Amino acid sequence: MSHQTPNRPLSPFMLGQYYRFQLTSLLSFVHRITGIGLSMGTFLLAGWLITLAGGPETYGMFAKHLTAWYGQVLLFCWSWAFMYHLCNGIRHLGWDIGKGYELKAAYASGYAVVVVSLLLTVAAWAVAYAK
Amino acid sequence: MSMRSPLGQARGLGSAKDGTHHFWVQRISAVALVPLSLWFVFSVARLAGGDFFMVRHWVHAPSVAITLVLFIAAALYHSALGIQVVIEDYVGNEGAKIVGLLLNKFLHAIVAVSAIFAVLKVALGS
Repeated sequence: MSHQTPNRPLSPFMLGQYYRFQLTSLLSFVHRITGIGLSMGTFLLAGWLITLAGGPETYGMFAKHLTAWYGQVLLFCWSWAFMYHLCNGIRHLGWDIGKGYELKAAYASGYAVVVVSLLLTVAAWAVAYAK
Repeated sequence: MSMRSPLGQARGLGSAKDGTHHFWVQRISAVALVPLSLWFVFSVARLAGGDFFMVRHWVHAPSVAITLVLFIAAALYHSALGIQVVIEDYVGNEGAKIVGLLLNKFLHAIVAVSAIFAVLKVALGS
């Protein structure tokens, strides 16, 4: 046995040229990324509530960024990340009780998560812009 | 044959002395967040375009304030548990990991308490 450390790529550097992405691993990856994004989003949630407690002027300074185009883009991405993490989280809860582990079921639930998360995002924005 | 001592097996806490606690509370908060987060997103969507007075009026209702506090508590708890796993998985350096884990807990506590305080201030104010 050689005592030299083999010079081979390790995870996460396996991603890219050595690793073939599948839907299942991609969704798992996105679950973690959206989770991190949503954690950072809690700063925004706290900021919204704190400025609301601060009165109309303070709230106005905060809210004008949310209604600006970049705020709306951010909110749209946030709402999809929210719905995605929610849907894929429910998929995870299914696995936790031992359901849906077969390859076919894992792919079917994966596609369902993508479609349902998009539909819920559109539904939320339809509610927002319906008035 | 198991290498684990009979006492260790009975306790079921494993080498981290924590057992399945982290896994379990992550799932409990996840289940709580299914209805809470759907309620939050669609409620906020309905507030879209509303001014300060409309949003304050919404938070002022006791049922909304209570549900908001529940949502904030569950979300920030779930978030702290999740980010903890990310730090444990990707930060190799032991010192940086401990600092990261501490900062994670502190920041989540600060955000949670600030947001809940703000909700109560609006809800209990005139």
